[in-house]
Amino acid sequence: MPLPLNLKYFLTEAGDLSRFTARFFQQWFKPRYEFAELFRQCYIIGYKSLPLVALTAFIMGLVLTMQLRPSMVDYGVESQLPAIVGIAIIREIGPVITALIFAGKIGSSIGAELGSMKVTEQIDAMEVSGTNPFKYLVVTRVLAATLMLPVLVLLGDAVSLWGSWLGVNIRSVTSFNLFWTQVVDSLSYSDVMPAFIKSYFFGFAVGIIGCYKGYNSSKGTEGVGRSANSAVVVSSVIIFLLDLLAVQVADVLGIN
Amino acid sequence: MNAEIKQELNSDKTLPKEMVLVISNLYKSFGKNHVLIDFNLEIKKGESVVVLGKSGSGKSVLIKCIIGLLKPDKGSIEIFGENIATVNEETLDKIRARVGFLFQSNALYDSMSVRENLEFPLRRHWLEVSQKEVNAMVMEALDDVGLLQTVDMMPVELSGGMRKRIALARTLILKPEIILYDEPTTGLDTVTGKEIIELMKEIQVKYNTTSLIISHDLNCVRMASNSVVVLLDGKCYARDSYEILKQIKDPNVTQFFE
Repeated sequence: MPLPLNLKYFLTEAGDLSRFTARFFQQWFKPRYEFAELFRQCYIIGYKSLPLVALTAFIMGLVLTMQLRPSMVDYGVESQLPAIVGIAIIREIGPVITALIFAGKIGSSIGAELGSMKVTEQIDAMEVSGTNPFKYLVVTRVLAATLMLPVLVLLGDAVSLWGSWLGVNIRSVTSFNLFWTQVVDSLSYSDVMPAFIKSYFFGFAVGIIGCYKGYNSSKGTEGVGRSANSAVVVSSVIIFLLDLLAVQVADVLGIN
Repeated sequence: MNAEIKQELNSDKTLPKEMVLVISNLYKSFGKNHVLIDFNLEIKKGESVVVLGKSGSGKSVLIKCIIGLLKPDKGSIEIFGENIATVNEETLDKIRARVGFLFQSNALYDSMSVRENLEFPLRRHWLEVSQKEVNAMVMEALDDVGLLQTVDMMPVELSGGMRKRIALARTLILKPEIILYDEPTTGLDTVTGKEIIELMKEIQVKYNTTSLIISHDLNCVRMASNSVVVLLDGKCYARDSYEILKQIKDPNVTQFFE
């Protein structure tokens, strides 16, 4: 019995993506190492994403605090607001929302850039110029995305907590020191480490899927748009799946 | 100048006997689509050969096999005596440094300035040259194509003809012995197309390069070739000078000259 077309397409894509990922690990260790391009990509992917991540994190912290406050007041636990918001941001909302913003900005940009380079023969031009385009374009971008997302998550968490402190101070007066002490006291190793580690996997997923979609782009400019779009959609779904997996793994390891 | 160039290009006396490119029994297919079938071609140093064929006849596939961007299914492609299909990556890079490739779409790197585009092949081929020498080579290549003033411009700021010239300058920067041109006049108006062909001829004389040109532009075939290959059904159907092929009464050949 022949496989349904959708299932066949899904399995083919999954197989191709696995091969692409395996090629990344093979090429990663081989010289020549493209350090200059890696640093350039870290600057573009990391530093240039900071304003957007900071803005969304600030709003997220502020809004979350303002939304939680009435319920906390009803239950008479308003004083626990910094602790609850802190745990929610550090454990879940910070890494996942930052990763989704990152997928929207960086995943689409990588998909469109590599897709456009592919259809205008720039990748072929690199190859005839004595450059391994996979190492130069793919390995550097995937590594930069993997290394930069955890940094953005840390900075985003900090900005988000600052936004939360401002949210607390809209209806009452709490010093930043007191707010910060309450947040830190409520957090444990098992709150911080799994969240930090999973953000590396989120970064890797955004980088590898963006590169895979762009590098295998076809059908001209229409294909470029499709690559950018599917890079965002697929990496967003993968982020949620990885998040689900991370919770299960943390649970099994007893660090949840 | 043009008359001298034409005379030099068309004179067999100027062609040394050394073979620089030998393609033997080349096969290439994509699934059930057999593009090249037992294709054979020999090019001597200094020759300018145009491969003429319909759209989709495998001209671009042929040129990409020659530069090693596509792997042939069978057969050999010898450049300077090395078989491209079997050499290791290091040797392939060394061969590529001696073979220039002008892409149909120009393939200029959009994110780099003209200067960076030209410097890229120099730096990537690990040539031990100082920044001063790099600058001099960039300016010389730009001077060859008459676009010195564009050195700090971005590709997006250039017209189609200028982009083609810059792409040619990038090809020239490594002083290649063979230049492969993929549809060099496609997308250009007739006047600009002629200017590009003149430029190609001047470069061939100045640097004594060998040219393999893929085209279906009759102006290009007439002006730039001293030998024309008709690619039909994946094979080298006919090879002769433009003037002789034009007079042949074979419908498979005359269809290209009508």
